Amino acid sequence: MTGITVLASEGDTWSPPSLAEFFPPAILFEGTPFEMNRINLIGLFMTGLLSLFFVLAFRNPRLVPRGIQNVGEVAVDFVRTFIVDEILGVQGRKYTAYLTTLFFMILAFNITGIIPALNMPVTAKIGYPVFLAITSYVVFNWAGIKAQGLGGYLKSNLFIPGVPKVMYLLLTPIEALSTFVLRPVTLSLRLMVNMLAGHLMLVLFYSAAWYFVFFPNSVLQPLLGIGVYGAGLAFTLFEMLIVVIQAYIFTLLTAVYISGATAEHH
Amino acid sequence: MDPVNLAEVTGSVAAIGYGLAAIGPGIGIGIVVGKAIEGIARQPEMTGVLRTNMFLGIAFTEALALIGVGLGFVWQG
Repeated sequence: MTGITVLASEGDTWSPPSLAEFFPPAILFEGTPFEMNRINLIGLFMTGLLSLFFVLAFRNPRLVPRGIQNVGEVAVDFVRTFIVDEILGVQGRKYTAYLTTLFFMILAFNITGIIPALNMPVTAKIGYPVFLAITSYVVFNWAGIKAQGLGGYLKSNLFIPGVPKVMYLLLTPIEALSTFVLRPVTLSLRLMVNMLAGHLMLVLFYSAAWYFVFFPNSVLQPLLGIGVYGAGLAFTLFEMLIVVIQAYIFTLLTAVYISGATAEHH
Repeated sequence: MDPVNLAEVTGSVAAIGYGLAAIGPGIGIGIVVGKAIEGIARQPEMTGVLRTNMFLGIAFTEALALIGVGLGFVWQG
C-alpha cells in the first residue's frame, strides 16, 4: 500500500519498490529512542492480539474443551505433534511452551504481510528476527550446558568423535563458527530476507498493475495490468504458504539445535 | 587512448547476480524435494520423518538464494 501511495504522489512515472518501503516515517515519539513507525505499531498490535487469543483460549481450561479453547488446543497440539515429538521426542516436551510461543509469534508477525491495510510483514525488519534468534540461541545453549555440563557440551560440539587428532586443527574452528556464529545469523537472515523478498514481490505486482491500468501508454496495457493483478493475487496465495513454512522452519531448526545440543554425539 | 568497449551491460547488474545466485539453490531444492518424494513413494509409512527432513534440507539450501537477494540490495548498481 505504501508503494502505491508513493506512486500516486509521483504521477505517471513508475519506480520499482525499494528498501525505502521498510523505513516508513515515524508516527509516535519522533526524535526519541522510542520512536515508532507503523511497522512497530503493527508488531505491538499483533503481539496484543496473540496474547489475547491465548489468554482467552486457556483462561479457565476445561477437560472437555469448548469454544475458543478448541482452537487453542489445536494450535498447541500442532507444534507438539509436528515439531516437538518429531524432533525432540517425549522427553523434550518441556520445550513445547517456548517452541509454541516462537511459532505463533513468527506466524503473527509474518502474516501481517498479506493482511490488507496492514500490508507489511513485521519480520522484514531485521530487529525482530534477530531478537527471536538470540532467544533461540540462549535456549539451545542453555539446554546443552544443562544436559552435558559446559565442558561436555563444548567437547561434543567442537570435537567430532572418530576423526584423526590432527584434523581437529581444521575441524574445530569450522564447527565453532557454524555452531556458535552462523546458526543465529542464518536463522534470522533466512526469515528476514524471505519476508522482505515476498513483500517487494507483492508491491511490485500490485503497483505495476495499478500503473498499467491507470496510466496506460497503449490500449493493450490495461489488459496487461489486469493480468499482472492476477499474478499478484497468485503470489499472495504463495506468500500465505511461505508465511507458514517460514514460521515452521524457524521453529523446526530451533528444535533441531536443541536436540543436537542435548544429545551426547551428533 | 580511449578503451574500446566491445560489449557493455547496462541496467541492473544486481539482477543478473541474483539470477546466477538462484541457479544453485534451484537445482539443490529440486534434488532435495525429488529425493524426498521418491522416498515417500517407496515407503509411505516414513512420510512424517521424510517431510521434516525435507523442510530442513530446503531451509539450508534456500539460504544461498536468500543471500543473493540480500546482496543485490547491498550493492545496487
